[in-house]
Amino acid sequence: MTANANRNEILIRAANLYVAIQDRLVLEDISFSIAAGEFWGILGPNGSGKTTLLRTMLGLIEPMSGSISLFGKTPQLLGQDRDRIGYVPQHAIIDIQFPIHVRDVVMLGRSRKIGLGKKPGKADKEAVDRALELVEISDLAQRQIGRLSGGQRQRVLIARALALQPDILFLDEPTTALDVNAAESFYEWLHAMHKKMNLTLVLISHDVGIISRYVSAVACLNRRLVAHGLPSEVLNGEAIEGMYGCDAMLFGHGDVPHMVVTPGSKGDGG
Amino acid sequence: MIEIFQYDFMQRALIVATVTGALCAVIGVYVVLRGMSFIGAGIAHASFGGVALGFVTGLNPFFTAVIFCSAVAWGIGFVSETKRIREDTAVGIFFASTMALGVLLIGFLKGYNVDLFAYIFGNILAVTRFDMWASVILAAVIIAVVVFLFKEFLFLTFDSEAAQVAGLPVRLLNYLMLTLIALTVVVSIKAVGIVLVSALIVAPAAAANQLTDDFKRMMILAVIVGVASTWIGLLLSAWLDIASGATIVLVATIVFFLCTAFSPHRRTMKQRVRGLRKDITKQELV
Repeated sequence: MTANANRNEILIRAANLYVAIQDRLVLEDISFSIAAGEFWGILGPNGSGKTTLLRTMLGLIEPMSGSISLFGKTPQLLGQDRDRIGYVPQHAIIDIQFPIHVRDVVMLGRSRKIGLGKKPGKADKEAVDRALELVEISDLAQRQIGRLSGGQRQRVLIARALALQPDILFLDEPTTALDVNAAESFYEWLHAMHKKMNLTLVLISHDVGIISRYVSAVACLNRRLVAHGLPSEVLNGEAIEGMYGCDAMLFGHGDVPHMVVTPGSKGDGG
Repeated sequence: MIEIFQYDFMQRALIVATVTGALCAVIGVYVVLRGMSFIGAGIAHASFGGVALGFVTGLNPFFTAVIFCSAVAWGIGFVSETKRIREDTAVGIFFASTMALGVLLIGFLKGYNVDLFAYIFGNILAVTRFDMWASVILAAVIIAVVVFLFKEFLFLTFDSEAAQVAGLPVRLLNYLMLTLIALTVVVSIKAVGIVLVSALIVAPAAAANQLTDDFKRMMILAVIVGVASTWIGLLLSAWLDIASGATIVLVATIVFFLCTAFSPHRRTMKQRVRGLRKDITKQELV
């Protein structure tokens, strides 16, 4: 699937990135690089700028200074390489009453490739079938989008993002509104897919606990990049404190600690 | 009843009714699904300023309304794009100010103008040959754009952010859609009037939304409801000698309530609730 990306090739690079939203500085001095085949989890509390970082990577926001590049190009000027990225928004933003079926949602993912004023061809239909198979919802293809569970709707959006067989998949808080068990099995499935297809994954989450067991690298964000690297090395008390701005207590769970915020300590929300 | 169709004015009225009903329904699908009803109403009221501009300058009100409404639609789009002002606030400001401008302009006219009244509440029996051809041509252009950009407009309506990431020219599509709403308003004001046109945009699409969960089918059903409403409204108004614009809008509203009452979505909801009740009573018996 990732025919265009060699292993260890740098796909995303941020250098001294500053981003402001409505005159307010949201991201300061962010630098990192993400190589092909990695699974990155960007962690941070609400208001840490992780959504802004994602939107900047996708080219929806232009940085104030510094640079961000995908495949060595500015996100706004990707050209044909735009087909190499897939974006999975939070499923909660979807209007569940919208009169559209699962298959048609996935087909939307191929809009640009199909071209203005043209109808989907055989190749497009096959690509949609393949994407539905990959996320294991072929049996739901004719369902209206509202007649699905939250987890199933999430998979529909992933299928839409996979319809162009991208090299990188960006996911925005994919487990919001899922309970712990559902979140755990979702990450397990995502991890398996990442391995199977050698897909580069970048996901943002405020959930430090579960995701750190599946990702190959984490980045802790609180306006600045507090720490990034291997989950087992990064997720220590110091990074958590830097990220959440509060004292935190950690307890063991496999290789990676879970976190409990000390009651009464001041958090940096908003 | 049938001999009425022999009159030229009635034939023109029927053609304009069909065009207006179908066009409002098609554009209404996007307006309803994107939650743009207030924008539609705002643009419609702005057309008052556009029409008044035509009367004062002596230019054709149809052309001045086309330009004025498009400009207001872009203004609303631009102001809400900056995100410093909420979209509904922007509409609220344009809504009232463009009407105020219209009232001021009419003040410059000498004497009372009856024709202006037809623009405000609509008088489909008074459409001229020019009005008819202008409506038909403009409607054909709008429908052609919608057909050509069908999947792009669908993506924009369903999830505009993902559409932008996928590389669609979302900003351009958004302004184009606002323009189409403005043009639809101008095409429709002679038939149903400035203050009633937004209802004809919203009601058929909202009715169709109650009947199906498929986008294409919703559009086709909306067109059927829209055209049926304008025909029934026109015939009723001619037969009973009552105001045409108001009759058309009220018929469309009644159809909307009927569709809501007999909506399959509602039925399945009721069946689910009933099934649930049965389960509960069973459990209680055990």
